[in-house]
Amino acid sequence: MKVKKGKDKKIFLGISYVLVTLFAVLCLLPFYLILVGSFTRESVILTEGYSFFPAAESFSAEAYRMAFKSPDTIVKAYGITLFVTVTGTLAAVFLSAMTGYVLARPDFPWRNQASFFFFFTTLFSGGLVPWYLMCSRFFKFNNHIYSLILPCLFSVWNMIIAKSFMKGIPFEMTEAAKVDGAGDFYTFRKIILPTAKPLVATLGLFTALTYWNDWYNCMLFMSTGGTWNLQYTLQNILNSSEALKRIASMTGMQVGQVPTEGLKLSMTVIATGPIILLYPFLQKYFVKGMTIGAVKG
Amino acid sequence: MKTNQLEKERIGKRGFWRRIQKNRTLICMLFPALLYVVVFSYIPMFGVTIAFKNYNYNDGILKSPWCGFDNFEYLKISGKLLDLTKNTLLYNLAFIVFGILFEVGFALMLSEITGRVFKKLSQAFMFLPYFISWVVVSTVMLNIFGQNGVLSNILSRFGIQDFSIYHQVRQWPVVMVAVRLWKQTGYGTVVYLAAIAGLSQEMFEAASIDGAGIFQKIRYVTIPSLKPTIFIMFLLSVGNIFRGDFGMFYQLMGNNQLLYETSDVIDTFVYRSLITSPNIGMSAAAGFYQSVLCFVTIVSVNWIVKKIDPEYTLF
Repeated sequence: MKVKKGKDKKIFLGISYVLVTLFAVLCLLPFYLILVGSFTRESVILTEGYSFFPAAESFSAEAYRMAFKSPDTIVKAYGITLFVTVTGTLAAVFLSAMTGYVLARPDFPWRNQASFFFFFTTLFSGGLVPWYLMCSRFFKFNNHIYSLILPCLFSVWNMIIAKSFMKGIPFEMTEAAKVDGAGDFYTFRKIILPTAKPLVATLGLFTALTYWNDWYNCMLFMSTGGTWNLQYTLQNILNSSEALKRIASMTGMQVGQVPTEGLKLSMTVIATGPIILLYPFLQKYFVKGMTIGAVKG
Repeated sequence: MKTNQLEKERIGKRGFWRRIQKNRTLICMLFPALLYVVVFSYIPMFGVTIAFKNYNYNDGILKSPWCGFDNFEYLKISGKLLDLTKNTLLYNLAFIVFGILFEVGFALMLSEITGRVFKKLSQAFMFLPYFISWVVVSTVMLNIFGQNGVLSNILSRFGIQDFSIYHQVRQWPVVMVAVRLWKQTGYGTVVYLAAIAGLSQEMFEAASIDGAGIFQKIRYVTIPSLKPTIFIMFLLSVGNIFRGDFGMFYQLMGNNQLLYETSDVIDTFVYRSLITSPNIGMSAAAGFYQSVLCFVTIVSVNWIVKKIDPEYTLF
């Protein structure tokens, strides 16, 4: 009996290691290819195509030099994205955590009604058109920086995560603070928020990702002018030769000389890099911060 | 009991105000989020009336003339409504079913793996695709599976020339589902890992004492305890089953018209028709159609779940 028990665990672990490794490698591989490709000389890419192990002499940082030679496009886009990500994430995390805390308070009499009021917006929505018309006609979102911040400020999904996490914090903490004379908002800010570090880290990362990777709102509201963010700039460089020509003219090169493929890849790396660097700092909080609970109760 | 009820009656309306008084700070704390959903979700809901109007910019939403179901007629006449709905539904079904299988599966495996470094690294790698935008995904795909991509280079050595995944119209749905799983599994896995981490260790110990092997433990202890999380995740995605992931479909298909037949979803179609011919009414009609379908689906699925086990319902 005992031998068998050990054996099936070994089989399961063996399969697990193989499958997890396989999947992890599949996830990593494309990133490796892009990174290697972005440092490969244009002529090599054009004649030999991409490869896993390019020869050492085909190394070139030309594409990166190129990308940063047109500061007007890329540095500005970086600035926009950074600003939007930082402001948006701070505001969004605070808002979700606060809302989640109130909805998780067992002594808040309308917690179920309020939860459903939020949740209903995921059940039924007016659709893109009325929303867009309201934003652009009534709030005059077009070409304003807040058109990149407001649409992602609050999500019911984040609220559910926040509420589920807050439910796990003992209510005694709030009660104890109350006995000591602390108000509700003070309790939330000084006692609950520091306790909810895993939640803040998790929501923070995911919200930052949403802002960093957003191109949709930029496309909807900024395409006619205004300043583009990083992802939308990238999309334009990838999809139109116009953008490439603009970069070429700015750096005084002929269009034919621009390392098109390399530039695309280096732009991809530039647009992705910083946000990935956030992950290692926040990883330890992840599993603790991601509890999903019911809307009701 | 009796005194309690009497007291309740006596307090009546004054009690309501007193409760508001007592909870005023909490209400204030809830207010920003309430305001947000009222402005950005509830008010646009009334905009569904555009679907029944002959919208023009000068008159706006309120003053544009009504036109009955004309916008829906247009939608039907374009002849694609059924195909688009079918595509959207089938894609989302595949995403949900395979998504849950992959996510729960990998969460189970990762939770049993004890090597800390291996666990951390593999989890980090699995998370990588979640970090990139669909814009970047589409570049990555083009460079690997496109005409001059890595795969085509490798295949050309075996005598297959000019391979491009973008020409494989029939296999394209498989590609979409695979890319979806590639991008989302890492994220979903964390949700289930969190749920597993929250389970009490005692249950597993008790099962071990009773002689349960690892497969029995997974089947009779872990999976049943994960059920609430699985149901919530399932119901949350079912609520959007008639809404295509615009970012994904738009970026991956690009302007490749070959792929429209198998992979155009309602959202991409609406967006394109908005761009090419600004027929606001028809687009609004499509949005309304989606919302109604989604609403009916989630309410009925939730009702069915309630019949099976009220514990697992979403609302």
